[in-house]
Amino acid sequence: MKNINQMNWIYEPWPWYISGPMIALIMFLLLMVGKNFGMSANLRTMCTICGAGNKADFFKFDWKAQKWNLIVILGAIIGGFIGSHFLTKDMAVAITPNTINDLNELGFNSAGKFYLPNELFETDSLLNLKSILILAIGGLFVGFGARYAGGCTSGHAISGLSNLQLPSLVAVIGFFIGGLVMIHFLFPLIF
Amino acid sequence: MRTLIYLFIGILFGITMFKSEAASWFRIYEMFKFESFHMYGIIGSALVIGMIMVQAIKRFKIKSIYGETIHFQPKEKRYSRYIFGGIIFGLGWALAGACPGPMFTLVGVGYIPILVVILFSVLGTFLYGILRNKLPH
Repeated sequence: MKNINQMNWIYEPWPWYISGPMIALIMFLLLMVGKNFGMSANLRTMCTICGAGNKADFFKFDWKAQKWNLIVILGAIIGGFIGSHFLTKDMAVAITPNTINDLNELGFNSAGKFYLPNELFETDSLLNLKSILILAIGGLFVGFGARYAGGCTSGHAISGLSNLQLPSLVAVIGFFIGGLVMIHFLFPLIF
Repeated sequence: MRTLIYLFIGILFGITMFKSEAASWFRIYEMFKFESFHMYGIIGSALVIGMIMVQAIKRFKIKSIYGETIHFQPKEKRYSRYIFGGIIFGLGWALAGACPGPMFTLVGVGYIPILVVILFSVLGTFLYGILRNKLPH
């Protein structure tokens, strides 16, 4: 029994003081191979690969120069598979009881029991028009906003702020204004 | 060889996003509710270490493993784009509960509906490219 208990730590979620330094390490590794940490750039590359260069000059660039970043994203997919299939037994995210209560009131009964809300991310939710609309509009705003702001959480909140860039601070303040408005004012109207 | 290095870094990133629960919609909601320190601890500690690393690389002129100078691209000194773009991004981030890194991690976990988020985020990027010249930057 003792051995089993000692091995169980590997299945536990990582606390913030492991996770944060790991993110810093990832940025460091990318810098050491001469690259910058920024994930939303991949969305632009995907547009270019799909031929968006014919529609707007913004997409006219040699996408092969960004191939490395697409490989990082491929790795992120594999990492998600490894993390969930081999390093986790219980997928429930232990959010605080207050948050669970708030979400229950909004109709999210899966709060505290799963990794993502069933109401939006179960495969069956693809049959629900409201769920699809929420995912689609969320995605549209993320893609549009990230490119408009010239970066996302990785490019601005981590890379940009680490380099003491004032524009990145402005972008991160924007991220929070948007997120707070969505959750405090719009969620009660949507859900 | 370089491809393998990028793949390895990506796998490390994916595992980190999943195990830190930064890829969980619930954690993003909780963060914007200010009901837990978890996400702030992650971003804050990554940032403090990141700042020290970047300053060290600049001060000691540390080179990449290929012997090249490490470049940091300064962001353009304009502000409208960062505040407007940032707000739009934040609205989407809170709604979909995923940003452009973790959304790919979630594909690997096996959530099919996240493909809708990815498809539309590519579409959103395309829309920005089309409208770019008409937007205030």
